[in-house]
Parts: sequence; C-alpha cells; structure tokens
Amino acid sequence: MGGIFAAHLPPLADSLFSLLAISSLLLAFVMLGSRWLNEYLIAFAVESWLIAILSATIAYYGGYPELYGIAALTALVRGVVLPYLLLRIIRRLKVDRELHERLAPSSSLVVGALLVMFAFVVATHLGASLGLAGTVAVLALTVMFSMKLIGFLMLVVRSEVISQILAILVLENGIFLGSQILVPGMPLLIELVILFDLLVVVACFGMLVRYLVVHAGTSSTRELRSLTG
Amino acid sequence: MSLAALVAILLLAPLAAALLCIVIRPARVAEFLNLAAAIIAFAAVLVLLPRALHGPYALWGGYVIVDPLGAWVLLSVATVYLLASIYSIGYMRSLGEETRLHRYYALFAGFALTTLLGPLMNNIGVYWIAIELTTLVSTFLVGFERSRESVEAAWKYIVVVSAGISLALLGIILFYWAGSLQLGPTYDLTWSALRAVAPRLDPTIALAAFLLVFIGFGTKVGLAPMHTWLPDAHSEGPAPVSAMLSGALLNTAMIGIARFIHVADAARLGALPRTVVVVIGALSLFIAALFITRQTEIKRLMAYSSVEHMGIITLGFGFGGPLGIAGALYHMLAHSLNKSLMFFGAGDAMHAFHSKRIGRIHYVLTAMPVAGLAWIAGAIAITGAPPFGLFLSEVTILRAGLAGADSWAVFVMLALLIVIFIGFLNHFRAMYFGEHAEAAAAAVRRPHAEGTAIWCVLPMWLALVPLLALGLWWPQAFSHYFTVIAAELAGGHGP
Repeated sequence: MGGIFAAHLPPLADSLFSLLAISSLLLAFVMLGSRWLNEYLIAFAVESWLIAILSATIAYYGGYPELYGIAALTALVRGVVLPYLLLRIIRRLKVDRELHERLAPSSSLVVGALLVMFAFVVATHLGASLGLAGTVAVLALTVMFSMKLIGFLMLVVRSEVISQILAILVLENGIFLGSQILVPGMPLLIELVILFDLLVVVACFGMLVRYLVVHAGTSSTRELRSLTG
Repeated sequence: MSLAALVAILLLAPLAAALLCIVIRPARVAEFLNLAAAIIAFAAVLVLLPRALHGPYALWGGYVIVDPLGAWVLLSVATVYLLASIYSIGYMRSLGEETRLHRYYALFAGFALTTLLGPLMNNIGVYWIAIELTTLVSTFLVGFERSRESVEAAWKYIVVVSAGISLALLGIILFYWAGSLQLGPTYDLTWSALRAVAPRLDPTIALAAFLLVFIGFGTKVGLAPMHTWLPDAHSEGPAPVSAMLSGALLNTAMIGIARFIHVADAARLGALPRTVVVVIGALSLFIAALFITRQTEIKRLMAYSSVEHMGIITLGFGFGGPLGIAGALYHMLAHSLNKSLMFFGAGDAMHAFHSKRIGRIHYVLTAMPVAGLAWIAGAIAITGAPPFGLFLSEVTILRAGLAGADSWAVFVMLALLIVIFIGFLNHFRAMYFGEHAEAAAAAVRRPHAEGTAIWCVLPMWLALVPLLALGLWWPQAFSHYFTVIAAELAGGHGP
C-alpha cells in the first residue's frame, strides 16, 4: 500500500530522503537570499539535480524501476535544458541582477522562514490525521508546501521577468519533489507529460520575454503598469 | 458512426486546421480552413450531444470520457468557436496584419482544440495538462497585436494563471496520495475512480486537496479574488479571442470545479466545501459589481461581466441540487452566446469610434444600425433581464439557493444583480444616447473594412436569435439532459 512506503523505510533511506529534501529547500532559500540572476539559475539547476537523485533513490529503495527513467529525464530537462534556455534569455536581456526588490533579500529570508514554519504546522496536522507523524511523508509535505509558498513569495517580491519564471519553476519543483516521495507510483505517462509541459511553458515564457523587451521596452514587471481598473 | 470516430473528428478538425494554417500562408485560405474546422466541430458536437446522454462512455484506454456534462460544455465551446471563427474573418481583416494572419488562425484553431480537449479528459492529471495548454496557446493570441498593452496583458495572464493552476496540481497530487492509501500506489486517477474512493479518503487531506483544487481552477475560471488576469487578457486580445476566452475557456475550467464539488460531496466533508464555493461565487459578483459601475473601457466592462457570470454559475453549482445544476448549465450556454455577442459588438464599436473608452462612443445606432441593435439587445440580455436566456437561468439559480443551506447568498446575489443591471445599462445609455451629438457625428466612420461587414454582423445575430429563443422557451429536452447530469454528478450512475 502506497502511504506505507514512506512510513516504513530503512533508516539509511529515511536519512537520505530527508537530506535531499531539506537540501532542496535550502536551495530555495539561496534563491530567496540572492539578487543575482545567475545565482538563482545555479541554485535552481542544483535543486533539480538533487530532485533527480531523490527520484533515483526512491527507485532503488521503493522498487519502482521506472523512476530511474524519470530521474534521468529530470536531470536532463530540469537540470540542463531548462537552465540552458533560461541562461539564453538572461544573456539576451543584458540584466544580471534584481534592481528594485519590493523586499530586501535579508527580509525575504525571514519571511521565508515564517512560511516554512506555517508549512510545517499544516503538514504535521495532515500527517497526524493519517497517523504518519514523524515520518518522511510529513517532511515531504513540509518541503512541498514550503517551496510552494517560497515560490509565491518570490513572485510577489521580485520584479525581473527571469525571477518570475524561476519562481514558477520553484513552485513546480516543490510539487514534483513532494510527489516523488508521497506518490512514487503515479502513472509514468502523467509524469512524462508534466515534464514535457514544463519545457513548453519555459519556451512560451522565453518568447513572451522577447515580445516584452521589443514591444514594451522592459524586462521588469514593475514597468508593466498600463492596465488597471 | 461510432462514438470514437465522432470524437476523433471533433478533435482532428481543429488540429488539422491548426497544422495546415502554419504551412499554408495565404490569409484567405487560413480563414477558410479555420471556419471549416469550426463548422465540422460544431456539427460533430450536435451529433455527439444526444448520444452522450446514455453515457458515460470511456474511450481510448479510458483517457477520454464522453458524458452528458462534458458534452454540454462541448456544446458551449463549439458554439463560441463557430461564432468567433465567422467574426474573426471580418475583424482580423480590418486589423491590417495580413502577413501574420495565418499564424493567428493556427493559434486560434489550436486554442479551440485545447478547449475542446478539456471536457473530454477522464484522467484528472491529463485534464490539468489540457487546462495548462489552453493558457499557453491563448497567451499568444492575447499578445497577438504586439502592442505594449497586449504584451503586458499576455505576461500577466501566463504568470498569474500558471502560478494559480499549480495549486490545482498540488491538490490533485494530494487527492492521488489520499487515494493511494486505499487503492495501492499505482492507479489511474479518473473522475469516476476518485468519486468511488472518495468516501474512504482521509477527510483532512481531502478537504485540503479540495480547497487547493478549487482555488487553482478558480484562478482559471476568473473567480474573485483570483480574477486579476482576466480583465487584462480579455480586454487586450482581439475581440474574437476575448469571446473565446470568456465563452469557451472559462467553461472548460468550470467543469473541473463542478466535478470536484461532487467529489467533495461524496467524501462527506460537511458543509464547508459548498460554503467556500458559494462565498467565492458571491465575492466574484461583488467585485464585478464594483468594477462594472466604475468602468471606463468597453472591453474591460465585458470582462468584469464575465467575472460576474462565472460567479453566478459557481453559485449555481455551489447551491447544487437538480435545480442549481440545471440553472448553472443553462446559464453556461446562454452566457457563451451572450458574451460572444457582447465582445463582437465591442470590437465593432472600437473600430467605428477608434477608441476603447466608453466616453468616446456615442450614438452607436447611427454608426452601426444593424450591429448596434443586436448589441443593445445583448446588453439588456446580459444583465439578466427578460425575455432572454440568462433571465430564466438566474431565476432558477435563485430558486435553488432559497431551497439550500446558504440562502443568505440569494439575497446578496439579487442585490448585486440589481446594482450590475443599473451600472451596466447606464454605460449603454451613454453610448447609445450620448450628450455630445456634434462631436459624435464627427467621430463616426464606417465600422468595417470594405466587404467585411457581413462577417462582423452575422455572428451577432446568430448569437442573439437562440439567446432570445432560450429566454422564451426552456426546451423539454434540456430539462431531461440536466436531470441526467444532476444524477450523474450526485453519483447516481456516474462514470
């Protein structure tokens, strides 16, 4: 049975999962605490690689051989192709850092920490109702909700278009990470299509960024103020 | 013809049109291809509709479902696609984008394809992807005119909706997780599987998942307070795209909410889910009422009216029961017809007066007598006045609400409908019977380029006539259809 997978694990697997999940969350904080676009990008790529390793670990301990494929594709798509596409956009933009955050990186870190606490409370509550308190499932929920909230926080306080794209990718990474631990048996087709979908999303974002620069003359969403009311 | 062949025709027609329009560049050919696809899709839906009544049928490995609810939404979508395709021919020619026009039609047919896919998807994960695809395609239609405003609208649209809909994905994952505790780690999360397992789901997780899914798809439907993308996207895209967004796309996302409400019912989560739905529906009406009364731009006025009507449909599903569902579904079709008409009229008026501003539009009937007449009739219809379709559906939803637990919402809805009635029609009073006769006479020019008038005016009347018919006569066949859908949603003999 599915939920029990996360509840009864060898201690080594348990520690590995926890380590990878928490490291991914820390990388989200790296993005939150920096104002350089390149650092965001590197943090995102590393985070994707950690998630790929997590998938492979789950494939090994959980006996889901198809997850090895997902792990390889995750590393390729999320860890290489997406960062490369974003890097191309950054180079074209001639912008290398956030200039006008609505919230300084240091304050964002504090808010981010509060969001993680909130996510932990919610996750503990959900886990407790299933009798899974203290297992890696609760940790997965916490990380999933935290990355979700941190992604939204980045969307709110950052205004460069690249930051916004990365914020949405962090939302996605959070969901993907959580789903790998919680529902490793999710049908392969769905995971593949979601990966593909992500590629299309970033391609679309890339084209729109080009239009924004050409037709609106800006790469900062602070300048997009003509539509109100 | 087999059902599978029918569904294949329905989907292949716009797909073929989209692909051919990329390759074949002459604008006249692209117009024709798209229109042909729209006619074929519409015909296919008309054949599909009575046959779906005996459904649900699962096709193609269970990934496609043909059920009465889905077929009903397909009817709304295909109707708007047909009307908007006719209107596109006239409207897009007068934009002077001749060389890029084939790309517009490729995107337009692609957008129609994705909106037709949504209601047919049986696997909830694939349904989510279909909804995501609608965003990706329609973003480029919203930004098609490449002005500063339209690109800004496209950007806000894709960011807000992508972020919002990721919440729905989170909710779906939680549903899958809760289900996997009962069904084992690998299973297909179809609507029927989820409904069947719902009573055994952990209620805390099911409630959290439902709320996430509702907020996520609610963003796509344009429910307040997640509606912020909607006025921008609807007002900055070309008029036929606005009609598709409002009349087709929003319904495709609404069907997900309707199905999840009934999953929540089956999971026995108490009154909370429906109360949340009703509160959000009422809030959408409230926000819409505020922005409609103070609006200065004609297409934003229509966009906020979409927020209003999505709120009403949400209230209908939220009140529930056979009456609420019937009202919501009747409202869906009537709103699709009516809002297409309104956006077409707004597009014509913008061409005629060179402005989006309500304050610059005067004496519409002088400038465009035939289209103007249909437009003001549509304006009366969309405020819910008799003798048009939306009046009947709104009364039905009000009655459903009085019978239910959240009857306070009925009075809120009634009060806000009156405010919107006054506010909305006040703008039309100004546009049809303005004070500055001489300024208006100078500003008026022919609304349509040479030889395109018929394409712009015809779809407006094609929308108005059935709208009037739906107001005068509630077909018995529809009632039967709604009864079957209500039974299906309540789990009677659901898919």
